[in-house]
Amino acid sequence: MSAVIETRGLRKEFVVRKRAGRFRRTRHAIAAVDGVDLRVEAGEMLGYIGPNGAGKSTTLKMLTGVLHPSGGDVRVCGFEPVPQRVRLARGIGVVFGQRSQLWWDLPLRESFDLLRHIYRVPPSEHAARLARCRSMLELDPFLDTPVRQLSLGQRMRGEITAALLHGPAVLFLDEPTIGLDVVSKQSVRAFLAEVGARGDTTVVLTTHDLADIQRLCERLVVIDHGRVVHDGTLAALHARYGSRRRVVADLDAPLDRPVAVPGADLESTEGGGARLTYALDQPPGALIAALAQTGVLRDVKIEEPDIEEVVARLYKDR
Amino acid sequence: MPPLTVYWALVRAGFRRYSTYRQATVAGATTNVMFGFLRTYGMFAAAAAAGGVLAGYDRPRLATFVWVSQGMLATINIWGPPEYAERVRTGDAVTDLLRPVHPVWQLLAVDLGRAGFALLTRFVAPVVVGALAFGLYAPARWSTYPAFALSLVLALLVTFGCRHALFCSVHWLLDVRGPMTAWVLFSTLLSGMVFPLWILPEPLPALVVYGMPFASMVQAPMDVLVERGDPLRLLLTQAAWAAVALPAAVLIQRRGERKMVIQGG
Repeated sequence: MSAVIETRGLRKEFVVRKRAGRFRRTRHAIAAVDGVDLRVEAGEMLGYIGPNGAGKSTTLKMLTGVLHPSGGDVRVCGFEPVPQRVRLARGIGVVFGQRSQLWWDLPLRESFDLLRHIYRVPPSEHAARLARCRSMLELDPFLDTPVRQLSLGQRMRGEITAALLHGPAVLFLDEPTIGLDVVSKQSVRAFLAEVGARGDTTVVLTTHDLADIQRLCERLVVIDHGRVVHDGTLAALHARYGSRRRVVADLDAPLDRPVAVPGADLESTEGGGARLTYALDQPPGALIAALAQTGVLRDVKIEEPDIEEVVARLYKDR
Repeated sequence: MPPLTVYWALVRAGFRRYSTYRQATVAGATTNVMFGFLRTYGMFAAAAAAGGVLAGYDRPRLATFVWVSQGMLATINIWGPPEYAERVRTGDAVTDLLRPVHPVWQLLAVDLGRAGFALLTRFVAPVVVGALAFGLYAPARWSTYPAFALSLVLALLVTFGCRHALFCSVHWLLDVRGPMTAWVLFSTLLSGMVFPLWILPEPLPALVVYGMPFASMVQAPMDVLVERGDPLRLLLTQAAWAAVALPAAVLIQRRGERKMVIQGG
């Protein structure tokens, strides 16, 4: 396997001036990214998450050559992003959920045609890629509509197409599903899953929507205060942060005394005691057996740990 | 360096982009025509007070000066909105940096397309109205026509270079309103847009026409067209300012990119 993205000790500092008197200002350097080491292999789908202000977008902008790093080494597709930005631009596609790379005044079709010229893509390759995107992202109904008249969901499908038309080796997605409705999110996720499954495009996805990560990314990098605090699979994240399964028991009648099993904590009681929710540190067998012995157990449900909860706990512990 | 086909595609996109705003084009051309009448009568009054010829410009030359410069206003986009500065302020400029074309040449190509559309609409309308209402000066030398065309292109390059350099101040200031106010003031008074600069008292005219870039945007092309002064000297002055303004824009852009903080995460 070869690394398409490699960073060592990547740093970005911003200088902030604060008042220190009537006329005096003091300068403070704030590290938005503070020594990030990252190695992403070709074809990987990487989720890059963190709370607001953690340094996700700053990292992405350094990887794409938009921001100058304050320190460390970075190579993407074999290029140093800032000094070789124009050459790197051919090998990467970028979608910033809150920015547009399409020409606001022109129909989507003309934006795509212009991108073909800018990236110097042979017409046959361009046509093949566009046909695939048109079919999967259902672009045809609004292909001749000026971008300024598109809905957010339509525009985002156009943005993703625009980022892929030149066949980039790496696709950077910065909150691609932000503000989208459920149907548009599903459409975008399904398309990105297909892009990832083909294995010829490395995808780096930054998002606050953890359903994107669950659906698309095997590997998850969590960044906080500019530092990587987790780099591994989702399962490893659950294991590391002690994610707990839950058992929800529906009873025919409330119990005089709740069932007590070591490693199972009663988390909540609803319906006057008819529904009990336990959080578990161990397999649920002993708890379920104990509940069954009460003689009033009607139904039981086991809930797997929720990524939202794990990440919320991670962010709160900052 | 991308091939010319890439830039040509951007030029065409710029043309197409601005051609979508037809009502705005009509409104703009109408405004240019209205101010053309105001300026013409003002100039004619000044010429009459000066004995019929004002600083070497007779009535046909003055009418040409006014109406063609009214047409040039939108063509060179001397007072157009600071679009790039706004894109930096909102963070949208990030997408300009992610294309395999240098951002300044990319913007210049789009601006040339915009100028092409403005030439066919915003330039032609006032010139036709001026010709019908007052009659315009017909150049005596055939070489004046290609010289004026070249002068117009150079004016466009100087204006683009100066304006882009100015817009790049947004990388440091985050708001370009102050520099833009200064720009409007200086470009109005010193470009020849309001009056021919040769009516200024000596030694200001030569200093302003050759020593500052503003005259290369309007005064120089007008003098080339009405055959006042040495056209070669005027063209060389414009070329020199273009050779200063464009590299300056590239340099300041590069410095500005190092300062860039994309707004809004």
